Amino acid sequence: MIQHLTILLGFQLLGEAISRGAGLPLPGPVLGMALLFVALMAVPRLAAITTTAQGLLAHLSLLFVPAGVGVVGQLDRLGDDGLGLALAILGSTALAIIAAVYTFIGVARVLGR
Amino acid sequence: MTDVTDIWIYLSQGPLLWLTLTLIAYGIGDAAFRASGRKPIVNPVLLAVAILSVVLTLTNTSYATYFEGAQFVHFMLGPATVALAVPLYTNLALIRRSFLPMLAALIVGAATAMVSAVAIARLAGVGPDTLLSLVPKSVTAPVAIGITEALGGQPALTAVLVIVTGVTGAIIGTPIFNALRITDYRARGFAMGVASHGIGTARAFQVNETAGAFAGIGMGLNALLTALIAPLLAPYLVAAY
Repeated sequence: MIQHLTILLGFQLLGEAISRGAGLPLPGPVLGMALLFVALMAVPRLAAITTTAQGLLAHLSLLFVPAGVGVVGQLDRLGDDGLGLALAILGSTALAIIAAVYTFIGVARVLGR
Repeated sequence: MTDVTDIWIYLSQGPLLWLTLTLIAYGIGDAAFRASGRKPIVNPVLLAVAILSVVLTLTNTSYATYFEGAQFVHFMLGPATVALAVPLYTNLALIRRSFLPMLAALIVGAATAMVSAVAIARLAGVGPDTLLSLVPKSVTAPVAIGITEALGGQPALTAVLVIVTGVTGAIIGTPIFNALRITDYRARGFAMGVASHGIGTARAFQVNETAGAFAGIGMGLNALLTALIAPLLAPYLVAAY
């Protein structure tokens, strides 16, 4: 458990350091994910972290709660634009989901995959 | 004899109370989600946030005080994001085969999210400053905030729009896919990750492990793509009619 967390935190730290150092437009944890992915392919023994990783990901939703509570206090920032922004988010999220899912399925079908 | 108020004052100063209440509120949200037969509208994040907001208001507690406890939960977002590499690795064969469908869906999904959000908001009369903050709303929060800063929008507003987008996608995704009779969990998950980042990814993991893995890739790739193209696209989106 401690070993697994050390690996995850180590890759996050590596990701943060590279992202900051090179001024990349990616946050450290996302770069850390990419680096761990490459490391898993190079060193399959690292896959021992699977249980810890699955435990964390099973409750990924929980981790967004503190940020969500922060948002409630900021809702007045929307001001007069609240309704327009709500419509924009609802409409564009639905459209983006539909466009992405149909594109994925369409291309997969054309390629026979 | 110690007064209840004294105990309250003691506990409300430290991180223990708010950390525990965050876990309890999420536990209640998750129990309600399961009791509903896992209906997407009964979103555990939304319920937990609502419960905690009411408690904070009733006890007159500031967000700063709350966050002293909740930061331990918030911190785990970093290692959890890194952990997304594991389902990527275990689904490697499937992901290799899906490379081109993912690339196409990424470009179409990311462009649709940005263009349609700004178009709808413009039609609804939202001003140009606010439009800039809306452009990166489908991207994971730290990247979206960076993009907004680069565009000259308001980072705090973007943070709000990002979270609302995530919760919206988590709620409407499953009903949309079911209505369209889409059963390919690669496509379902990937679309969720592209359109509604980490909160959509968390929802995808509740539905199916393959969907979760593809959502994680969608989130990561969209963070990269939007960071690269938003600065090029935004001036045209926000320009005068």
